[in-house]
Amino acid sequence: MNMKKPADVLPLKRRDLLKAGGALTLGFTWQHTATAQSTSTDGFQSGPPDAEQIDSWIAIHSDNTATLYMGFAELGQGCSTALLQVAAEELDLAMSQISTVGLDTHLTPNQGGTYSSSAMRRGGPQVQRAAAEARQALLQMAAARLQVPVASLQVDNGIISGTGDDNVFTSYGELIGDQRFNLAFTGTAALKNPRDYRLVAQAYPRNDIPLKAAGSYTFLQHRRLPGMLHARIVRPRGQGAYKDGVQVISIDDSSIASIPAARVVRQENFVAVVAENEWDAVRAAQTLKVQWRQADNLPGNEKLFTQMEQGVTNERIAVDRGDITAFAAAPHQSVFRATAPYQAHGPFAPNCALADVKADSALVLCASQDVYNTRSSIATLLGLPEQQVRIQYHESSGTYGHSCWDDAAQAAALTSQLVARPVRLQFMRWDELGWDTYGPAHVGSARVAADRAGNILSYEYEGWQHHWSLIETSAQSALGIPAAEWPPFPAQQINPRTLGGMYDIPNMKLLNHHVPGLDYLKGAWLRSPMDLSFAFVSEQAIDDLAFQLRMDPWQFRRRNITNYHWRDVLDAAATAATWEPRPAASQIPADAVLVRGRGIGLGTHLSSYGGAVADIEVNRQTGKVRILHLYGAIDAGLVVNPSNVENQITGQLVQTASRLLFEEVHFDSRQVTSLDWNSYPVLRFEDCPDITPRIVQRLDEAPSGAGEEVMAAAASAIANAFFDATGKRMTMYPFTPQRVLAALNNYG
Amino acid sequence: MADQTQTDGVQLNVNGEARILLSAPDTPLLYVLSGELQLKGPRFGCGLAQCGSCSVLVDGVETRSCVTPLAAVAGKSITTLEGLPAKYAQEHELDSVPPLTPLQEAMIEEQAIQCGYCYNGMLIKATELLASNPEPSTEQIKSAMNGHLCRCGTYPGIIRAIHKAAARMRTRA
Repeated sequence: MNMKKPADVLPLKRRDLLKAGGALTLGFTWQHTATAQSTSTDGFQSGPPDAEQIDSWIAIHSDNTATLYMGFAELGQGCSTALLQVAAEELDLAMSQISTVGLDTHLTPNQGGTYSSSAMRRGGPQVQRAAAEARQALLQMAAARLQVPVASLQVDNGIISGTGDDNVFTSYGELIGDQRFNLAFTGTAALKNPRDYRLVAQAYPRNDIPLKAAGSYTFLQHRRLPGMLHARIVRPRGQGAYKDGVQVISIDDSSIASIPAARVVRQENFVAVVAENEWDAVRAAQTLKVQWRQADNLPGNEKLFTQMEQGVTNERIAVDRGDITAFAAAPHQSVFRATAPYQAHGPFAPNCALADVKADSALVLCASQDVYNTRSSIATLLGLPEQQVRIQYHESSGTYGHSCWDDAAQAAALTSQLVARPVRLQFMRWDELGWDTYGPAHVGSARVAADRAGNILSYEYEGWQHHWSLIETSAQSALGIPAAEWPPFPAQQINPRTLGGMYDIPNMKLLNHHVPGLDYLKGAWLRSPMDLSFAFVSEQAIDDLAFQLRMDPWQFRRRNITNYHWRDVLDAAATAATWEPRPAASQIPADAVLVRGRGIGLGTHLSSYGGAVADIEVNRQTGKVRILHLYGAIDAGLVVNPSNVENQITGQLVQTASRLLFEEVHFDSRQVTSLDWNSYPVLRFEDCPDITPRIVQRLDEAPSGAGEEVMAAAASAIANAFFDATGKRMTMYPFTPQRVLAALNNYG
Repeated sequence: MADQTQTDGVQLNVNGEARILLSAPDTPLLYVLSGELQLKGPRFGCGLAQCGSCSVLVDGVETRSCVTPLAAVAGKSITTLEGLPAKYAQEHELDSVPPLTPLQEAMIEEQAIQCGYCYNGMLIKATELLASNPEPSTEQIKSAMNGHLCRCGTYPGIIRAIHKAAARMRTRA
């Protein structure tokens, strides 16, 4: 059964093949992708594919290439490159020999949503084990075919050799090309030793960037369906209380008579316009006169925090250990209360979706990061069985959490169903900012104490915020489904990891006040959900203890940390910044207009570890704050692609600067008034700080996520830098000149 | 330009090609380029000229296509992201059109892009900048680019890439 060189299959010698590398496979990847990702429901079986089967994860093609099926969304974070690195590593393939397909309920396994930095943390190990198991199966096939033991085989670019004869070899493609493994995924195959990694932990360039730079990348917004209409939603400019949703009193159809090609589509309180021509749809949505029922029942920005704190809340103790009455007897005490505003996702491209809904099936192209969850809600909305609904993820702009992607997908599906035509529906800027599920506002109160030696003795935190919104506005409007919040779930509530979890504190109590959210704005997860708010309060209180002790804030934190992850990110940030120990606020010039300060902070989300240092400048005359330099360090376990993670750190630090200096959703007693980039300003070039990213690499640990874990640290470093510069503490953000001047003049 | 009617079409030059466009003359240029011409460069971001994702060059000047009616650019030359390499080749008298401009190459080398949606505007605006200032300082880059937003926070990478491209273009010139 020894197989001599099969000239017809592999015309090149092995050495030539290796030299040719990826060139051999040119042109295959997009062909497979295009076939697999056609926007058709024909010929595909509805998913999810059985995750217990290797075939659901990996396909080997006869041209000795592979396709990885992964259930994660490329969001510009580079996971579609990094997960290929993981698979190619275990399979001993070159990066040019492997490709992937987009998230699709008819193609990709259900790995849950792409959030909480899950792609590498949860997806990395799954993909690694599947690839290792496929490799193991392929080696067993090769051993049988070549009649040598598995142990003597070696793989290079999918070519299997080891017979001792250079002319006797086989390849993945030859062994199984385009056939199924029919193999259960047991997760038991041995994994490669990290010391042998060739691709993992390398800064492999992202595969999407060249197309994006050339302008040839196809974003969701570029997709078209044959015979489609353009659609826009029609809602009040800016949401009111979540419970009220959208309420139509009357619609004046004649108000768009001047745009004869456009027409109004309505189901109960869901209103949209459609037209063959996109500009007609845009104009019609702006021109259509609708009388809305709107109530004056919101607290507005002015009364928001008092209403949250003073209203009835549901309480839950998240941590309770030791005895926090130790606070009373401690020589150094800090009591600090601060607030954080609603902040918007503000994806740079307002959400968009395409839908083709037929009597018995539906296809929806959207930017959902959790296609199986979206399928479920769309099936309910359309009255179709889930298996008849196909949801495809296509990349839109970065979204940093749950922006309006589900709402837009539902609106497109509903409109398509109502007009019995394929539809492309895009939100306008005011729809996206005005009807976002915002990162919820927060009120936090910390009471911390330390002994004379600088050991933190006691830590108490109370936090007020509402949960995330479960029902999208489209479903709420069209079906009358009442507004509802997500049930209690950790990421919506106070986070023990960011709130003092990095320090060794004997006495601790964390109390969560769930504010019933239906009377407020809609909410959902916004990158590093709630952690910026938590760290802003908590790390300022900790910093104040160091100040009272006349200790350097880095050294003070260090002496209260034994966990090596926290210690290493703290040190990495401090070292990057060439931190010179001294007590905070010890170098404030008496009468200078411009003062500078430096602060340090720690924080994270649900996994990984973040440390940051900030250098800022405050103009004591105008109240203008400039962030000069941010240094951020992440320990995210094994970092598969350091270049991607450095980019993630950079993006997190710049976004944090934006959120601390500029971002706040404004609303009055009736509705949201932040509807564009003037009324919801974000950081621009001129305010962009210098950025220094640092990675604490852990080759022997599992990836733990790097998409959001340095933001809380950076937020608190900025706040502490303000104190160092001015000797005053900010109790709310963003740091508008008005608030800064108030802080400088009003107390302390 | 008030004389332009829908049936006559509006004449203009897009990426070096003479075009007669049939969209209504009051249609914003963005919808003509992305709809009638199916170009992927200029894209919708705000519709209010606040973000720069729809930017194109009109006779070399960065212009927000989302608020510019088609009729207002009749007879003018439009360059979109897709047309930057050809424009570069023409201006630098190259024998052939390169696949990418030095600026695009630098953006790739710096791995500056995150989601990349803003890069249409970033590349258009930075092209305009480098045409008038071959050696901009970081402050000049920030000032020139300030009307272009990046929500992913990739400004530092863009600044690096502009410096790199400027240096490379000076060497080649």
